[in-house]
Amino acid sequence: MLKTNRDVGIVGYGCYVPRFRIKTSEMARVWGKDVESVPIKEKSVPGNDEDAVTIGIEAARNALQMASLDARKLRAVWAGSESKPYAVKPSSTIIAEAIGATPEIEAADWEFACKAGTEAMQACFGFVGSGMAEYAMALGIDTAQGRPADHLEYTAAAGGASYIIGPAEDSLAILEASYSYVTDTPDFFRRQHMHYPEHGNRFTGAPAYFNHTLNAANALMKQLGKTPNDYDLAVFHQPNTKFPLEAAKNLGFSTEKVVPGLVIPYIGNTYSGSCLIGLAATLDVAPPGSRILCVSYGSGAGSDAFSFIVTDKIGRRDNVLKVKDYVEQRCEIDYATYSRFRRKFRM
Amino acid sequence: MVAVIGYGFTRISEHWDKSLRELACESIQAALMNANMEKPEALFVGNMSGATVSGQQHLGALIADWCGFSGIEAYAIEAADASGAAAFRSAFLAVASGFIDTAIVCGVEQMTDVLPDYMTFATSLGSDYDYEVSCGITQTSLFALIARMYMQEFGAMREDLGMFAINSHRNAVANPFAIYRKEINIDTLLKSPMACDPLSVFDCSPVCDGSASVVLCSEKALNTQRAVRVIGSSVATDTMMIATRKDPLHLQSANDSAKRAYAMAKKKPEDIGLFELFDAYTILAAMQLEACGFANRGEGYLLARNNEIGIRGKIPICTMGGLKARGNPIGATGVYQIAEVAQQLLGEAGKNQVTCTTGMAQSIGGPGSTAVTHILEAV
Amino acid sequence: MEISRNWRLRHQRYRLLASKCACGTIHFPPRTICHACGKKSMKQFNLSGIGKILSFAPVTSAPLGFEDYIPYFVALIRLDEGVLIEAQLADCDNPETGMRVEMVTRKWREQGERGMIVYGYKFRPLLVKS
Repeated sequence: MLKTNRDVGIVGYGCYVPRFRIKTSEMARVWGKDVESVPIKEKSVPGNDEDAVTIGIEAARNALQMASLDARKLRAVWAGSESKPYAVKPSSTIIAEAIGATPEIEAADWEFACKAGTEAMQACFGFVGSGMAEYAMALGIDTAQGRPADHLEYTAAAGGASYIIGPAEDSLAILEASYSYVTDTPDFFRRQHMHYPEHGNRFTGAPAYFNHTLNAANALMKQLGKTPNDYDLAVFHQPNTKFPLEAAKNLGFSTEKVVPGLVIPYIGNTYSGSCLIGLAATLDVAPPGSRILCVSYGSGAGSDAFSFIVTDKIGRRDNVLKVKDYVEQRCEIDYATYSRFRRKFRM
Repeated sequence: MVAVIGYGFTRISEHWDKSLRELACESIQAALMNANMEKPEALFVGNMSGATVSGQQHLGALIADWCGFSGIEAYAIEAADASGAAAFRSAFLAVASGFIDTAIVCGVEQMTDVLPDYMTFATSLGSDYDYEVSCGITQTSLFALIARMYMQEFGAMREDLGMFAINSHRNAVANPFAIYRKEINIDTLLKSPMACDPLSVFDCSPVCDGSASVVLCSEKALNTQRAVRVIGSSVATDTMMIATRKDPLHLQSANDSAKRAYAMAKKKPEDIGLFELFDAYTILAAMQLEACGFANRGEGYLLARNNEIGIRGKIPICTMGGLKARGNPIGATGVYQIAEVAQQLLGEAGKNQVTCTTGMAQSIGGPGSTAVTHILEAV
Repeated sequence: MEISRNWRLRHQRYRLLASKCACGTIHFPPRTICHACGKKSMKQFNLSGIGKILSFAPVTSAPLGFEDYIPYFVALIRLDEGVLIEAQLADCDNPETGMRVEMVTRKWREQGERGMIVYGYKFRPLLVKS
């Protein structure tokens, strides 16, 4: 269990989901797949002028607005992504510059597949919790690449969230403790210069997602002396609808505790953004005093687990657009427009 | 006293077979023959896109060389779309100063050597690169923004603005140098594809190749009766971007330049018998008429609607086809305009002849960031 | 490939850095010399990014470098501080004069496959909180 030297928490958070949606039935139509066999209803698609950086900038601005914080008070901007626009040049510096946090700032991009954002968040808790910084920002941002016709194409989506970590006295959700469980498990990866990732199909289940998610969740709860009954809400990584619900069941969480954070049916899997957007959606409705378990998963593989208690400062969430505001502004596109936006045409 | 004693044109067209220097040479030879002159003391070149389209600057030296006058004073002047007129202004100042007795102004443009996307880039050099070109704003879209506001505020319809294009096409029929010599009707315009809503392709002048030259001389060097006097000459600027203007629907540069030219010529708008205005876009024609005192703010389009702009109208404009139909070879256009005023005042305009003794030409650079006005009078 | 030039303009592009003269005139882009009074007493600040559409126009013929992005709208926007700005619209299929808009940071263009990604301001219809 990871405990900070001083009490810390989430001071503000924000998200962003692009407005375009493509229905999985439309994708199935093009590839002749049975509509009944495709997961989820639709996923978000970034517009042709959007990328992980632009997603991060808006999420970060929302978080700052929620926290009513001057960006110059941040001492780190750490963005996690597996779709950085530059292979070499940190998205974090562009985001930091755009929000006005430079030049007295730590900045670097993090990569751990879908848990890059929570990895950055762990680091922020450590940075602030050690006393080195008052405020630090973590982001999980992605415009995931889906190979045409591959089953992951149905869920690979775009979106992101930003979390500002600060002192507990200033927090809308205080961190009780966190934990990390990591092994070298190659369930899903992408070689450099390759455009689309490879995935291990059924190997991504038990030895990967479930092994790390369940171990991280159980270890954190045990070391905190808590059980699922002590938690009002839980958020898990959402590569599809099945996995988080199965993880919840396996751990002993009732479905209604998980539903507020389940965003994949509406926007797809936003990869580094997935768990963090799920957490945002949960915080958007969590009453003060509620306890939340958040367990991410990143292929490669590992899980970060966090235990939060929501404070009475949670009312700040009304200062900015919520997850559902972004979910609701949807603009449906067809496969041709989707292919154009995702640069699948050779021009 | 500065006189215009000759002019020469190339046809305006897509000159696949003629380079920048060849076009210039052609109009210069025609102008010198027209002026009965062998070689001028100085050459002023008006050009906007030599560098981008032809990879060629230093046009003064190049063209002087190519015309067989190496040795004379020669250089190019640039003011975006008003380059040709600005070159004329420089020549006027040189001759008026007494330092130069004979000068030739050559406006030349070769645009069609590059493909349309690069051509658009070349023509966008009159806009603000850092704040307009770099975020995808084109010159046509700037005029479309203005047109929409103008139409909303003053009640002008597409048909009204379209009348400017119809007038220009009608006048170009009798002009052998024009690129388009066919009339159009309002239906054609209204049904034509949009260049940038609310401006259709017929509301925008064609970019093409051509060269026009004009010969000027001082009183001292004047030895002919066939001459026209330059009685007004002025340049004024306004902000680069329409966003920084107090009134985006008013061409302050055109207003200032016209006022100074009128004062210098001791003339008023009522004294102007014809106006070669810069109908790069129909909306620009309407606004220029207002800025130069021929209509109140917001009423310029009424002159077109009420048929007052034709050869027999109250204020004939674009008498040889204007930018829309005679053509708009950007850096050359200003010289075409001034030459056409001279042609008219000399009584050499044939079917399009306007009976008058005073004529005005005005060129606009960018979205009204530069205005160059000249007033000529028959001797 | 333009590097230093884009870097030089980053504050204007990311945060609408503007200047305000002692005489009260606000300039965007920011200036050192006031074009209203001619003086040099400027303070720099970031505009709010909220405003309304004064005029708009659809660009359907791509200028060089913008082939991936057509069709898009350009607009003249009156920001709440009073200053006008020319910019592209974002996320707006049916602009209307008078529509309230807010600044977002989006990709303006990429300088080819190897060059810089240029980010800057666009304006989208104001998203309302539920």
